[in-house]
Amino acid sequence: MQQSDAILQTRGLTVYYGSKQAVSDITLDVARHRITAIIGPSGCGKSTLLRCFNRMNDLIPKSRITGQVLFEGRDLYSPTVDPTEIRYQIGMVFQRPNPFPKSIFDNVAFGPRINGFRGDLAELVESSLARAALWAEVKDRLTSSALALSGGQQQRLCIARALAVQPQVILMDEPCSSLDPIATLAIEDLMRELSADYSIVIVTHNMQQAARVSDYTTFLMGIENRGGQIIEYGETRLIFTNPKDERTEAYITGRFG
Amino acid sequence: MAAASPDFRRRMTRRQWEGRAFHGLCLLAVAVALAMLVLLLVYLARQGLTRVSWEFITSFPSRDPDQAGIKAALLGSIYVVAIAAVVAFTLGVSAAIYLEEYAVRNWRSRIIQVNITNLAGVPSIVYGILGLEIFVRTLGLGRSVLAGGLTMALLVLPIIIIAAQEAIRAVPPSLREGAYALGATRWQAIWHLVLPQAMPGILTGVILAVSRALGETAPLIVMGALTFVPFAPDGPLSRFTVLPIQIFNWTSRPQAGFHEAAAAGIIVLLALLLTMNAAAIVLRNKFQRRPEG
Repeated sequence: MQQSDAILQTRGLTVYYGSKQAVSDITLDVARHRITAIIGPSGCGKSTLLRCFNRMNDLIPKSRITGQVLFEGRDLYSPTVDPTEIRYQIGMVFQRPNPFPKSIFDNVAFGPRINGFRGDLAELVESSLARAALWAEVKDRLTSSALALSGGQQQRLCIARALAVQPQVILMDEPCSSLDPIATLAIEDLMRELSADYSIVIVTHNMQQAARVSDYTTFLMGIENRGGQIIEYGETRLIFTNPKDERTEAYITGRFG
Repeated sequence: MAAASPDFRRRMTRRQWEGRAFHGLCLLAVAVALAMLVLLLVYLARQGLTRVSWEFITSFPSRDPDQAGIKAALLGSIYVVAIAAVVAFTLGVSAAIYLEEYAVRNWRSRIIQVNITNLAGVPSIVYGILGLEIFVRTLGLGRSVLAGGLTMALLVLPIIIIAAQEAIRAVPPSLREGAYALGATRWQAIWHLVLPQAMPGILTGVILAVSRALGETAPLIVMGALTFVPFAPDGPLSRFTVLPIQIFNWTSRPQAGFHEAAAAGIIVLLALLLTMNAAAIVLRNKFQRRPEG
């Protein structure tokens, strides 16, 4: 991959929690306007890696990193970078839908408001909800509580909330793991649509999901005492049809994990 | 299904009997507590209800038991509790936010935590001595209603801190993460999400604190509240008395008329307590109901 095609890059990234390595020596390029999946067995550091891209790991006491994470070529962990500014450009959707206990409208408006958005908030909320394929379902009850929505709707609301701050990248941490198959399908369709305008990184332990939605796949696996490492990285169709590493093959064919 | 063995049936009967006995014991405990309360209320009502009147509430104390009123004490109590609630709420919630959201968890924060918990158990008279020394003497506030309110604020501060900490801790971390992921600063996450969510729990602490402050007598006696006050507090530096002191004073008089006045005073005190708690509960329910919280 050419450097200009990569929106996010890691260079020799190692993350420590205390003295324990969570992932080690990760060098990875995330392609612009593509969906990159991170797969691997439980505890291999998928989420840890994902959370380096918007510095959410900063919130965990005793976590530290070595190596580099570059966003548009700029070091995210340089002392001059403010993590809140990063999170404004790199949105995140979590494993369990976490709508705020506010109205649907206020959920989507939260990000723009705290960032001092000036402009037509109602229009921004509508377009964000529309992009998240939720507008039709909620347009008549924008003022009712977001907690009354179904799980799948809540997750799409969380996506709309992330879109409302107009990020360039959306990180998704197992966004469908608490949803039923139909809601999962809706989110996957949505991801395909969003990839036209956003670069998406998704962590999933569902290999079919990775195969269905992603353009590129990274297979991560925990190596004893050293945390997760990249075993294989490449175009999704190649990884799933013609894996080069036998561990990748063993994992995707369901022999472990 | 095979019939249960006689052994099993015997044990089953025994278990069911134990269950009923336990249920009965718990019921008895509730009944005893309720009976005491009813007894107290009946006793008070019989002694003092006839004395409760608008006149009683709006009159100053007097040497004549039939003319004695509680205006000064009632106003003094309201002043003291209001000052204590506002000061303790502000300080307590801020301290709780610091301890839960900002402080790094290490041995130092643990020592602070243990000490706050211990402070809640310090005898109230010690706070009176502290108030006397700090507010009355060092800060030169005199034996004023302000000094009394501040002393009470110190007294209830640990209650509010602990309640607020628990309420803040109960806010799911996923909400904070959601806010941070949208580029919120720590302060914005606290102000827009954590505090509104924690507010019902915090207000429960305030209810407890207000009830405590309203009933406390010892610290105010130590710091020099008066027992005979024929004037309403006219400002923060005015001298004052409070309901429990007034009631205590009347009960120690020999005349039966003062005992009636004391009972009436207790009824007013209870009514004030209920009013303040009701206000806090209404406020709390408002926070809980609001969907946009």
